[in-house]
Amino acid sequence: MAAGNLVQGALFTVMVVRAGMLRDPALAAALARQVELSPRFFQNAPVVLDLKGAAGFAEMAEFDAARQELRARTLTLIGVQNAEPAQLAAAVAAGLASFAPSVTQPGRRAARPEPAAAEEPVVEPAPAAAARAAAMLVAEPVRSGVQIYARGTDLVVTAPVSPGAEIVADGNIHVYAPLRGRAMAGASGDGAARIFCSRFEAELVSIAGRYLVSEQLSPELRGLAVQIALDDDLLTITRI
Amino acid sequence: MAKVVVITSGKGGVGKTTTAAAFAAALALRGHRTVVIDFDVGLRNLDLIMGCERRVVFDFINVINGDANLNQALIRDKRNDNLFIFPTSQTRDKNALKREGVERVLSELRDQFDYIVCDSPAGIEHGAITALYFADSAVIVTNPEVSSVRDSDRIIGILASRSRRAERNEAPVEVNLLLTRYDPARVAKGEMLTVEDVKEILSIPLLGIIPESEAVLRASNTGTPVSFDAESAAGRAYLDAVARFLGEQREMRFTTPERRSFLRVLFGRA
Repeated sequence: MAAGNLVQGALFTVMVVRAGMLRDPALAAALARQVELSPRFFQNAPVVLDLKGAAGFAEMAEFDAARQELRARTLTLIGVQNAEPAQLAAAVAAGLASFAPSVTQPGRRAARPEPAAAEEPVVEPAPAAAARAAAMLVAEPVRSGVQIYARGTDLVVTAPVSPGAEIVADGNIHVYAPLRGRAMAGASGDGAARIFCSRFEAELVSIAGRYLVSEQLSPELRGLAVQIALDDDLLTITRI
Repeated sequence: MAKVVVITSGKGGVGKTTTAAAFAAALALRGHRTVVIDFDVGLRNLDLIMGCERRVVFDFINVINGDANLNQALIRDKRNDNLFIFPTSQTRDKNALKREGVERVLSELRDQFDYIVCDSPAGIEHGAITALYFADSAVIVTNPEVSSVRDSDRIIGILASRSRRAERNEAPVEVNLLLTRYDPARVAKGEMLTVEDVKEILSIPLLGIIPESEAVLRASNTGTPVSFDAESAAGRAYLDAVARFLGEQREMRFTTPERRSFLRVLFGRA
């Protein structure tokens, strides 16, 4: 990008909240839990309202109400996605941006940060919501006793991670070799982070503070290619 | 210019001192001027294994402190003129290993020798770190069991991050694996890790496999480096390992259980 460009593209991590959840007490509980895990992440964090299948929201006032509701939880409503034409008109009138539908699986969990292109400058973005740096790449074996931390980004390891080694990332973790040590993704509270590995023999896996030790891991998955994600606050391990 | 080779493992009791003695002796047998240094200050053993304990006057710490010069402390092996032993102090502790002093002694030795073999103490504390700090090459002595493999892995990581070569961003320390106390019969029964298991976890080149052998205990009790005993399986395995270290191709031996012939059983020979 040439210097002096006044308009630049950037990627941000933005949380998406389904419109139907807004008045659901479960949202309050889910948010409270997330905020407790990483208060800084949610301080003034931007939110996109997902209107998929949502009735109403054809009036500007409804968006203002939603904005206040989220504001009360230290969240800032910045836009909508999956809006019907009438809803979009009302949202734009309320000063909200329109976001393209996200490519990840829609709303399996109440609140999950999703990467989305922000076309509007966000005033004072929360630190964790800032653009994610390029992923950290480690090509040497991670030996016992070594700790690697990919701050604010994803971690990609292309060599074995030994028992007694610890790999930590604020984003996702990919290991294209045997994972035998400990892996902790979403270390600063991103519950949407995942761990992927081509050979799963880990001592411990953790996402956003939820963890499983090898004793609790099902032996059938040992040695296989798996992904680990948080699903309704439960660590789930599936073959890939 | 001499090459500094550290014999290390993290874990104790895996055969570091036996290996340091046998490795140095094998290098000397191949015609290289070699000195083997005992870094295990306070637990002096190398002189016993080398059979020169009654000839120790000055030691490594005396030379570091400037109380004696190098030639007063070096002991020439009686069996091979290329081989020298540099004993350590039994009365001091590891804190006597001052890095600047070690550096000065090693640089003096570099002028006189082809190979400087450093026998590291166990652990990952000051003594072990000082022993590996100046290394150009490392032999990781590992037994086929999980705790030894894990400690070896730790030491390999330390070599990659805390050696002088790492600190100066030079070419990394060359790291090789030596599997010791390998008992093919127990491996076959699943009581020990296989060669493949260990190689897979440590993912470094394998220099050799030293079979568990009575010859090792016999050699250390008589103060003879086991590589001087070319009759024994362990002695031949060390000679093979050093040949590979020097760049030769040799087939791995002693990896399958030895078949005891009927006659051998009859005459009670191992």
